[in-house]
Amino acid sequence: MNKTVTSVLMVGVGGQGIIRASDILSAVMMEAGFDVKKSEVHGMAQRGGCVSSYVRFGEKVYSPLARKGDVDLLVSFEKLETLRYLDCLKADGEVIVNDEEIYPPSVNLGEEPYPDDAISFIKKFFTDVTVIDATEIALSSGDRRMANTVILGVLSSHLDIDKKVWETVLEKSFPPKLLEGNKQAFERGRGV
Amino acid sequence: MKVLMSGNEAIARGAYEDGVAFASAYPGTPSTEIIEAFSKYDGVYSEWAPNEKVALEVGIGAALAGARALVVMKHVGVNVAADPLFTVSYTGTEGGLVIISADDPSMHSSQNEQDNRNYARAAKIPMLEPSDSSEAKEYIKIAFRLSEEFDTPVFLRTTTRLAHSKSVVDLEEPKRHVGKREFRYDPSKYVMVPAKARERRIEVERRMERLREFAETFPQNRMEIRDTRVGIITAGMPYNYAKDVFPDYSYLKLGMVHPLPSGLIREFASQVKKIYVVEELDPIIEEQIRAMGIEVIGKEAFPYTGEFDPGIIEAGITGAKTEREVLLDRLLPQRPPNLCPGCPHRGLFYVLGKLKVFVTGDIGCYTLSFMKPLEGLHSCVCMGASVGMAHGMDKVLGEQGKVVGVLGDSTFIHSGITPLLNMAYNKSNAVIVICDNRTTAMTGMQEHPATGFTLQGEATKALDFVKLAQALGIENIQVIDPFDIKDTRRVIKEELSRKGPSLVISRAPCALLAVKQKMDRRAPLRVDPDKCIGCKACLGLGCPPISWQRFEDMDTQTEKKTKKQEGIARIDSTICNGCTLCQQLCGAGAIVEVTGDE
Repeated sequence: MNKTVTSVLMVGVGGQGIIRASDILSAVMMEAGFDVKKSEVHGMAQRGGCVSSYVRFGEKVYSPLARKGDVDLLVSFEKLETLRYLDCLKADGEVIVNDEEIYPPSVNLGEEPYPDDAISFIKKFFTDVTVIDATEIALSSGDRRMANTVILGVLSSHLDIDKKVWETVLEKSFPPKLLEGNKQAFERGRGV
Repeated sequence: MKVLMSGNEAIARGAYEDGVAFASAYPGTPSTEIIEAFSKYDGVYSEWAPNEKVALEVGIGAALAGARALVVMKHVGVNVAADPLFTVSYTGTEGGLVIISADDPSMHSSQNEQDNRNYARAAKIPMLEPSDSSEAKEYIKIAFRLSEEFDTPVFLRTTTRLAHSKSVVDLEEPKRHVGKREFRYDPSKYVMVPAKARERRIEVERRMERLREFAETFPQNRMEIRDTRVGIITAGMPYNYAKDVFPDYSYLKLGMVHPLPSGLIREFASQVKKIYVVEELDPIIEEQIRAMGIEVIGKEAFPYTGEFDPGIIEAGITGAKTEREVLLDRLLPQRPPNLCPGCPHRGLFYVLGKLKVFVTGDIGCYTLSFMKPLEGLHSCVCMGASVGMAHGMDKVLGEQGKVVGVLGDSTFIHSGITPLLNMAYNKSNAVIVICDNRTTAMTGMQEHPATGFTLQGEATKALDFVKLAQALGIENIQVIDPFDIKDTRRVIKEELSRKGPSLVISRAPCALLAVKQKMDRRAPLRVDPDKCIGCKACLGLGCPPISWQRFEDMDTQTEKKTKKQEGIARIDSTICNGCTLCQQLCGAGAIVEVTGDE
């Protein structure tokens, strides 16, 4: 088993900015001097379906996908989606959950309930669980669309990477007029 | 300079660095981004073709004129291009000709899971398969060199995982390659009448022989001898999955998957005790090695279907179960992709779903409307199939059944025109609807011959569907606005009752295109809880912002309008596009515009 590779799995719903967030995380790891591979699902999944993106980094990374049960950090942008990918995590893996609910069609139609015990279910199996309201924090930074940057901020406090590296990459990732807001959103996430 | 690139971006970069100046493609996941990235480089020419057959023919022409030509398509696109493919294998070209076949194990965004390595064998065309972005950039260059050296088209096979995963690539300076840029008359090579084709047929076998010899010393077919108790023969992305779990075993990594290097394989087999062949989909390498009399373990350990991952390789070799079943016991609401809020397909398919007609479909976002609650589409085989199928069903059912065939504007151009001509010629009574959303939406909004713009965004001739249909002999033609439910229903019913073939053009821009082009935004809607009678009519649209709220789950008291009312509908105004379909269905007048201060 390749113990020298760290695997982060980002999951959520199309339109939440997951691909963008995983691009930024990959750039950070490359800037920090690691070999990086990143994988994502495109195409039909964009239209309101599940989106997932693996980012793996280390001395040398072969596979862009992690073995089931080999993910170190599950970063979930939507509560229900967390449950769908729990079996990808290591037994002592960490979970970051955004406390947002986006109803799938069957819930919208009133055919199935949205699971109301998601967080307690996760906590039954994992001890290191961080729950945040990224949308709320993003709104307080000026725009709900920055929720993904808030989540990156939270993630940054779980990874041993110099904050300067994050800042360098954030500066390259946003146009000047969006940079200040995103930096603030990142800081607020990091402070959670 | 080192950068992170997807496999698709790396192929485009490699082609650019190699002086490739000509590319043609039809969009298709997971291949679309190759041409989009390539077109942005200086000094190159690229174009969207109406379908993959045209893309390949254009590529053959460009290569005959001496350019290095790149032709790009997804796996099922090669089926469309198969006719010229099998014969250009006989003729070869002057400049290099490389065809990208982007396969889709697990069918992330496809209707089948065919393994296009079969095409390389069937058409006798060499095929390379990279395993990451860095190799993708390197292999595209090798592919052009092989094409020119062996006078053959060359396949570069990718899979979704390679195409859409990112890894580190070292950028190099582009080389200038002009090629001859002239034509040469050579009927014995380029006119494939039987007498000439028979001669070339023999030449193809000689070429395969030379390629087999070449493969033996091809550096990208490489042995990594370590622990010799287990040897793994593999290629492409599965190499990474195997290395991830078994870094210490011995490997024979094949950069060329057709033809195979039999001498090298024998040598590898002599150095290791037990051999596993790790390949997704068909046992193509496995069967050829078995035919050499070498014992290997392949599909008895690894699945035929779906893409692999490191866990599948580990389970196949050690029998280890990695799935943590306790976490999977829970049944979760599924989250299938859905039509966007404000999608122009929704109104049309709402009407079709209610009409009790059989709707033949094809490939596009609208295929999603087969699901609840719309259920307005009843078949999906391939692009354009809806037209021929509707005609076939109509001929058999006659008066006993009504049939509507639907397809998109881009797929109509791709392969709907000939079957529409057939409907006029063979006196059909079916109705065809073109869902004309003014773009190739599903692959990310590419231009096509009816949008009026080229790949580069230059204005050009725009195909007129009405005039085209008239010329084909279709007399019943109507254009509708699918955001008007009443009128849509009226027109479809009218055309269903008419004699002769009908064409309905359901025209409104894709909701995402409207955003991209900054068209006027309509005011979002909301439900007035005091007026909603809980009839659920609006829920029948399956629109993402509309949800059902039961009274028992609500914090605030809402008055029941009828004894049986169980709840009210709710619209999430932050994602509502204001298309008004739900408003048209609401008999209670409960759906109203959100005003400025709300």
